[in-house]
Amino acid sequence: MPELIDLAEAVTRHADDRAGEEVEAYVSRGRETSIRVFEGEVEQLSSADSAGIGVRVVRDGKQGFAWVGALDEAAAREALTEARDNVSHATFDEHAGLARPDGVRAAALDLWREELAGFPTQSKVALALELERQVRAGDSRIRQVVSSDYADAIGESAIATSTGISESTRRTTCYLFVYAIAGDSDDTQTGFGYSVGRSADDLDVGKASADAVDRATRLLGAKKPHSSRLTVVLDQRVTATLLGIIASTLSGEEVSKGRSLFADRLGEEVGNGQLTLVDDPTDSSAFGATPVDGEGLATRRNELISGGKLMGYLYDTHAGRVARTNSTGSAVRGGYRTTPGVGARAISLLPGELTQSEIISAVGDGLLVQSVSGVHSGVNPVSGDFSVGAEGLMIRNGALAEPVREMTIASTIQRMLLHVRHVGSDLDWLPGSSAGLTLAIDDVSLGGE
Amino acid sequence: MTDTALVEPDVLERVLGAALARGGDFAEVFVEDRKMTGISLDDRRVEELSSGHDRGAGIRVVVGDTTGFAHTTDLSEPGLQAAAEAAAAVAREGGGGTRRVELRESRAAAPNEIRTLPSEVAKATKVELLLRADDIARSKSDSIVQVSAGYGDSRRRILVANSDGLLSGDDCVRTRFSVVCVASGDTGMQTGYETAALTVGFELFDLRSIEDVAAEAARRAVTKLSARPAPVGVVPVVIKSGSGGVLFHEACGHGLEADHIVKDSSVYTGRLGELVASPLVTLVDDGTVGPNWGSMAIDDEGRPAQRNVLIENGVLVDYMWDGLSAKKKGRASSGNGRRESYQHLPMVRMTNTFLLPGADDPEEIVAETPHGVYVAHLGGGQVNTATGDFVFGMTEAYLIENGRITEPLRDANLIGNGPDVLSKIDAVGSDFDMCPGTCGKDGQSVPVGCGQPTLRVTGVTIGGTADA
Repeated sequence: MPELIDLAEAVTRHADDRAGEEVEAYVSRGRETSIRVFEGEVEQLSSADSAGIGVRVVRDGKQGFAWVGALDEAAAREALTEARDNVSHATFDEHAGLARPDGVRAAALDLWREELAGFPTQSKVALALELERQVRAGDSRIRQVVSSDYADAIGESAIATSTGISESTRRTTCYLFVYAIAGDSDDTQTGFGYSVGRSADDLDVGKASADAVDRATRLLGAKKPHSSRLTVVLDQRVTATLLGIIASTLSGEEVSKGRSLFADRLGEEVGNGQLTLVDDPTDSSAFGATPVDGEGLATRRNELISGGKLMGYLYDTHAGRVARTNSTGSAVRGGYRTTPGVGARAISLLPGELTQSEIISAVGDGLLVQSVSGVHSGVNPVSGDFSVGAEGLMIRNGALAEPVREMTIASTIQRMLLHVRHVGSDLDWLPGSSAGLTLAIDDVSLGGE
Repeated sequence: MTDTALVEPDVLERVLGAALARGGDFAEVFVEDRKMTGISLDDRRVEELSSGHDRGAGIRVVVGDTTGFAHTTDLSEPGLQAAAEAAAAVAREGGGGTRRVELRESRAAAPNEIRTLPSEVAKATKVELLLRADDIARSKSDSIVQVSAGYGDSRRRILVANSDGLLSGDDCVRTRFSVVCVASGDTGMQTGYETAALTVGFELFDLRSIEDVAAEAARRAVTKLSARPAPVGVVPVVIKSGSGGVLFHEACGHGLEADHIVKDSSVYTGRLGELVASPLVTLVDDGTVGPNWGSMAIDDEGRPAQRNVLIENGVLVDYMWDGLSAKKKGRASSGNGRRESYQHLPMVRMTNTFLLPGADDPEEIVAETPHGVYVAHLGGGQVNTATGDFVFGMTEAYLIENGRITEPLRDANLIGNGPDVLSKIDAVGSDFDMCPGTCGKDGQSVPVGCGQPTLRVTGVTIGGTADA
């Protein structure tokens, strides 16, 4: 097998420099294993190799892109030919162009665990089986473990451009995921738990199983609450979801196009003074950590909101040129099938002083939101309207009280940021691009009976 | 049309034999070749014109209750043999001996004929459509500040062969077009979205006019500039025909997928023959209905698409089945085994799911609602099949006051419990419309259709911020 970077560079050498043509090749390959167990038996065992190439061509201010789900010379040729053909139909864009080396050194991040490659299938199966066993044994009210999964991925990618970029990265990831149903005589509730890491040693079966059991059983008997306006305490997972949405509105691309509720608000107080929001893919504890972004530039720490004040946006090369600034190393790409776009990889709030139980106690009366649903249909990143389904536990006299379900919580993103009351100390990196922590927000509408 | 050019039948027979060489009850080879084009226009510029090509095979081997799966991009016989061996690893214990598979080719009728292959249409023509949509949308109102439009087409050729001797294929062409507008006014910004997507070729644009799609997206955005916050709490809701089909997709569609039933993770488990909805509800899933977005000749296990009545006059008649869940219950698949690509295992999925029209005049339904919310367009949704709780988002809605549609409302989610909401449907209109959607389940996305007539639910919880 040739080195990926050699394959990528070979493609970029076809660039017609004299005609001002720029060529970028992104190549990746990976091996994934996933195992699902059910009732003590392996239900699915899947192993797969995948590889592909995506080629971007820019010429005369026009960009074309093509990808092929294979990694050989024919695939590279097909992708380059198609991408060149696509250039001719694009619109002239004075800001079009590939990234150029900007002198920022990529952080030395250790995202690869050699031992994962040699981790035997039987041990993977054993982890999934143990997770299922622990959930079933965790509480007599667990009546079904719908799925208990182990999955891992070993991936490498390389990116090269005719403008001087040449970078390779590789990483290993693995996770456990379990989905459980709790039931008693007249109610059914569900909960899931997970654990993620770079090798099996990082996986915590006990935490994943306890999360699934607690979350399912503590909702048993949940009723629909009465509508009201109250303080909500967002659980870590819910906060991580909210931060993901906020990060998308801080994309310099969306801001330039007037499609962000944060457009034209640099320097303004957009949130409570306790809020400091950072995207830092060079933090190796973040699940989305990476030394190099989707265009081959070094990633870096970007502070977006500082003490409630809006400090900046995220940019890739194109969005940076449009806004007459530099890339913040924030190009993301969803594998070889997509062109780079602006995105956060490791977004988090600076943690506060209080634990979740201290926040619950300080809030006194309100609602602990354990999970939300309908985020893709109920949150509008342009208008800021926020309305999602929710379930959780009421907070009464500073303690968790009865479980509630089939309700909505609603506000606007703008108001929620201003109405933050407490930021928790319990920062935890979750799968995806954001970190969770407990967050208390005042004056949210609860929709119920 | 079966495309034997992807892999020759005698190769498939040998690979299936090899897949079962270590034992096993069932083996399958799924071969796919998909080519697609995507164009996006943003700010009057063609931001992206991309072409993609995926080609590969997924092989599964079933041993008892265990499925082994592997996929490869190498369609040569040695490549397929290697994938078969990887998939067969789960059968390591058993000694299968020599298995001989003889394939018999079958053909299923396509849901409709493709008139113009998108690959035969010049890219410049496609770009032209997007520019026209931009012009039209901007011409509708000065408050339109942003227009983005997207075009996509795909041609997906598949070949399915299995150890039961099945050999079948499909050549499926899909084309879509969408417009998103942002309008800006004194109260901030609002968005409007409209899409046209059918299982057809470039003739999509003879069936749906670009003008209508662009104008509709613009109208939605502009209307909402004067919208007030949606109410909070339980209110009667009238849902206009078309996109409201997502209500049934979430409220009961997912819960009627047999993989949830065999694992007892659906509120509809064990309720066959029972009244699970208002007697006005007859719900059908049908992969054969013309050019709709969820139509196909065969499912991704090679079984012809078919019409399945799920709920008849409120009574639960049947679930939806794929090969594996059907085998567990000793019955036939209902043609609902689908997968995103050769890199995925098939599972039970919906095709086109819709409520049949009733007898009520749609305008009368509104007139007979003294106070409530009229939902003209719904976005996506999400459901917890085990509890039945589901949400769906309104993207165009109005207040109903004294039987008349009045002020527009800002976007909000609605939440309900499937069996509860279905029992509260007290009026079903005589009109009908279908809508395209993308359904996600367990990390896989597939195109689906949804549809319904205008209907009324006596009470649903709306997640607005204004007092009801």
